[in-house]
Amino acid sequence: MTTALNARIGQPWRKPPFIKRVWLRWTLGVSAVLYLAAAIASIEVNWSRVYEGLDRGAAFIMSFTRPDFVSRAGDIWDGMLESLIMTVAASVVGILISIPIGLGAARNIAPLPVYLVCRSIVALSRALQEIIVAILLVAIFGFGPLAGFLTLSFATIGFLSKLLAEDIESMDRVQAEAIRATGAGWMQWINYGVQPQVMPRLIGLSMYRLDINFRESAILGLVGAGGIGATLNTAFDRYEFDTAAAILMIIIGIVMMLEYLSGIIRARVQ
Amino acid sequence: MLSLKSLTKTYRTGDKALVSVDIDIPNGQVVALIGPSGAGKSTLIRCINRLVEPTSGHVLLDDVDVTALNSSGLRRERRRMGMIFQEYALVERLSVMENVLSGRLGYVGFWRSFLRKYPQADIDEAFRLLDRVGLLDMADKRADELSGGQRQRVGICRALIQNPALLLVDEPTASLDPKTSRQIMRLICELCQERGLAAIINIHDVALAQMFVQRVIGLQSGAIRFDGPPDGLTPDVLTEIYGEEDWQATIRKDEDEDAEAAVA
Repeated sequence: MTTALNARIGQPWRKPPFIKRVWLRWTLGVSAVLYLAAAIASIEVNWSRVYEGLDRGAAFIMSFTRPDFVSRAGDIWDGMLESLIMTVAASVVGILISIPIGLGAARNIAPLPVYLVCRSIVALSRALQEIIVAILLVAIFGFGPLAGFLTLSFATIGFLSKLLAEDIESMDRVQAEAIRATGAGWMQWINYGVQPQVMPRLIGLSMYRLDINFRESAILGLVGAGGIGATLNTAFDRYEFDTAAAILMIIIGIVMMLEYLSGIIRARVQ
Repeated sequence: MLSLKSLTKTYRTGDKALVSVDIDIPNGQVVALIGPSGAGKSTLIRCINRLVEPTSGHVLLDDVDVTALNSSGLRRERRRMGMIFQEYALVERLSVMENVLSGRLGYVGFWRSFLRKYPQADIDEAFRLLDRVGLLDMADKRADELSGGQRQRVGICRALIQNPALLLVDEPTASLDPKTSRQIMRLICELCQERGLAAIINIHDVALAQMFVQRVIGLQSGAIRFDGPPDGLTPDVLTEIYGEEDWQATIRKDEDEDAEAAVA
């Protein structure tokens, strides 16, 4: 037995700590606890207002026991249709645009200038939150689903291009290399060497984005960008909680349906 | 005829992968390239079809200077160099037939390849090759459904359908069992003979190389240390290429081969 081994035998072993420097580890731990304490202490609760609001809250929750699908059926139907059209159109347009941008944003297949341009588009799209874009576009194009459609398309580009580019960057290099070695052109190389590797993920992400876009479309109505959100907002403004409950239940139903559908499709394309 | 003239590759990190390598390989000759991991074997093969750009030196294939070509000229020359890979490098989610036909990508236009509408002659040749390697029934299977040996056969078909003058083979048997390794090596060498192809085969298994090839080149630290017939690989030569070891068990013995022949 070597001396190096002898020194270790009989000694306990522990996983090395994540933060090696002792003072840093303690400083971070203590400041986290202090911050939490300060944060809790700074919350101001006006209990009398909470008490007054309880009635309205109860009325809202109780309305879920008797949702009203009927009295505003026309408005709900129109809003829902508008939301669905907005969602599907924005998803299709967004996906079509994000494929070339995704290719350009993958460092292993795009030259540096193209990469930088595409990455900036992705960064811009991701930096601006949907609501902010919607407010901006409503100001430019006016109230209605056009602003919503453009907002969702724009958001889809940032989301899908980034994730597609990351999938391309982590693909198996050798498969792509083998196609290049046959003398294939660039487009053929993408079609044979890259596309088969990323297709399942692209389809999965597209379905996921469709799902997100529908949920977002419900929110965008609150800032005037059309869709079911506008109907929901109106219902709240009129204190028609039973109609609002009905709308929320339909939204939940559709989202769950989309989720289920995308699960099936994603399992199929693996 | 393939000629490498003082081929040199220095990676951006400063690693010298190849140091002024000169090799001439006449048509129809099968050469095994041996050497320790990191000796530059893979780099050498990839410099020939410029999957790796050589730093300096020339690659001449039948008097065409591959190193001087622009991108479209390079694609034309790559068609004449079939490549076979270590981990098969089939596109796993494409079918066997698509993988084989992808060897024709350098010959057909984008839309034909995109729509999978290959010329009938290519389709016939693909089936002939699949039949030759015993995989005719697998044509419409997905590549990831095949076993390792079967995948490597598809890889061989993909390289051969290019109708190449030269085969670049990168450790074809590294992930195969001993029996399949021999079958694959035998297949590659037979096909080279049938078609009069030159081939460079990177290989770790020295005994396997000795069994099949006419010429062995030993590479160490990017330079040639041995170039000669397989019988010239003595323990001294192997020590020079790989370093000190007991080489007696590695070197092919005639009685071993007889025993193996009896088993086979």
